[in-house]
Amino acid sequence: MLSFSPRYLLAAPVLAGSLALLAGQSHVSVAPDPDNAGLKLPAGFGALKVAETGGKARHLAVTPQGVIYVKLNRVKDGKGILVLHSQPTGKATVTGGFGDYGGTGMYVKNGYLYASSDHAVYRYKLDAKGEVEAPGKGELLVRGLKMNNQHESKSIVLDNADNLYVNIGAYANACQEQDRTRGSKGIPNCPILDSAGGIWQFKANQVNQTYKTGTRYATGLRNVVGLDWNQQDNQLFVMQHGRDQLHDNWPALYTDQQSAQLPAECMYALKQGDNAGWPYLYYDPQQKKKILGPEYGGDGKKEATGNYIDPAAAYPAHMAPNGLLFYTGTMFPAKYRNGAFIAFHGSWNRAPEPQAGYYVVFQPFKDGKPSGQWEVFADNFAGSAAKVASGRADHRPCGLAQGPDGSLYVSDDSKGTIYRIVYNAKK
Amino acid sequence: MTFRLAFLALALAGGAYSLQAQHRPAPKKTPTKADPALAASLTRGAVVYKNVCITCHQADGGGVPNMNPPLIKTQYVLGDKARLAHIVLAGLAEPIEIDGDEYKQHMPAQAYLTDQQVADVLTYVRNSFGNKASAVQVAEVKAVRATLPK
Ligand code: HEC
Repeated sequence: MLSFSPRYLLAAPVLAGSLALLAGQSHVSVAPDPDNAGLKLPAGFGALKVAETGGKARHLAVTPQGVIYVKLNRVKDGKGILVLHSQPTGKATVTGGFGDYGGTGMYVKNGYLYASSDHAVYRYKLDAKGEVEAPGKGELLVRGLKMNNQHESKSIVLDNADNLYVNIGAYANACQEQDRTRGSKGIPNCPILDSAGGIWQFKANQVNQTYKTGTRYATGLRNVVGLDWNQQDNQLFVMQHGRDQLHDNWPALYTDQQSAQLPAECMYALKQGDNAGWPYLYYDPQQKKKILGPEYGGDGKKEATGNYIDPAAAYPAHMAPNGLLFYTGTMFPAKYRNGAFIAFHGSWNRAPEPQAGYYVVFQPFKDGKPSGQWEVFADNFAGSAAKVASGRADHRPCGLAQGPDGSLYVSDDSKGTIYRIVYNAKK
Repeated sequence: MTFRLAFLALALAGGAYSLQAQHRPAPKKTPTKADPALAASLTRGAVVYKNVCITCHQADGGGVPNMNPPLIKTQYVLGDKARLAHIVLAGLAEPIEIDGDEYKQHMPAQAYLTDQQVADVLTYVRNSFGNKASAVQVAEVKAVRATLPK
């Protein structure tokens, strides 16, 4: 199965196509837009705009039957979750919606749709067609999660043993006495870490859970929005949003330019009990070191001491990784199989230096570990290089999902556009 | 979308403003570079803006979606100067809505700035990004600072 001949590559879409036909859902005629939805893609790939939802489309999920569910950050027309059904061409219409709460998390597994608000997690039973059976009756799985004025989104993913992982972002930049304030010191034993700044584990099939019944699975993570379960080595991977404002708050230690390039946005492979070190440290991609934060006595060079894990991979600063997806499909060429797609929402904290990001990246993996250099996979969500530099992007990639045929779906939480990226489709 | 329109309008307004300032006598009551004290304040204010405000509110004053609000023709920027100075000196920690968008993140106090720096940066903000409003005086900032808890 792992060795590939060109003939197999040709056969795969045909096979998948006929399977889809059998299942009553045809994807064989998916038609990329003539301009590939405005995206720049590697050769052989095409893209279409599936739908314009007009909402702040955060994460999304696609059922095995091809039904698309999109979580909106803010309720629109009374709906926080949108349901989309596709035509054979790939174009979809919003056919309904439910859930009177905004939020980010959206995940499908084992016949359930999981969704999160900024302080709770729900699930909804799916029927044999991938439709939610009782939209008005979500089961409240987890409640009372900490939410404050920043990093409020709760991203969710499941493992293969009925556990649910929830990110609870730290409601601060670097746990200063006065948040984001010039020269303000870090609070010792950062009190935020009790109830935020980490990943919590709950049961995926139990109602009414709270902090008391959950487990703090990993800590020292400032804010994770993109996360996924790696099936190859059965491990949770997360993308952290690195700290902001090294220059603003510590102008004597960091220039504007350094502040734009520090710290790295990091990917972590987590085991239970891991500590990634926020707020005490940040990862410097040039020095390849865990550097003590200036709030805790650092000077840009001193290394942090303590039992903190290293990142599995590092990416340029402030690009805001909002989506992570391990690709397990067969539509894309073999090199993508089991590798990671990362949606970088785009930076703001690089000003006055030019902004960066607003694209989907591919990180090759081997045996469940990052292996080799990442590359930009889908670019130009922003619309132009000038719009990237100014940060005034037309679209901002946020969520990622894989369709049953192996298509890659991308959501945009700026205009609400849903994209679908396909390989080897006829134009 | 509204934002892009606003941005365009701004760019146009900004262009018109600088042309006016260079080639024509000032219309009544509109601050221009013909007033040397104002011009100096604007120049100093631009520097403070770049050093302190630009990361959050961005070079074009447009802010960051869902995070930091724009400084373009908002009631806070164009309105009561004491309230405006209070935002910079004491920060702001209440959810606000601008053009239908909500902002929950807090603005940190910038109390280490001198009265002069606060007056300059606010004068600059009130006369940039398409805004046009009267200058903020040092005395006005001093009066607000006097009301803050020590
Ligand atoms: C760390 C980021 C940050 C910095 C630095 C910052 N602000 Fe703000 N500012 C905010 C946020 C966030 C809000 C909204 C606060 C709220 O909703 O409670 C805000 C609100 C405002 C407002 C009122 C709302 C509006 O948009 O009209 C003004 C005026 C303002 N800031 C001006 C400034 C000026 C001038 C500076 C520099 C001296 C500055 N800010 C520096 C983040 C920042």
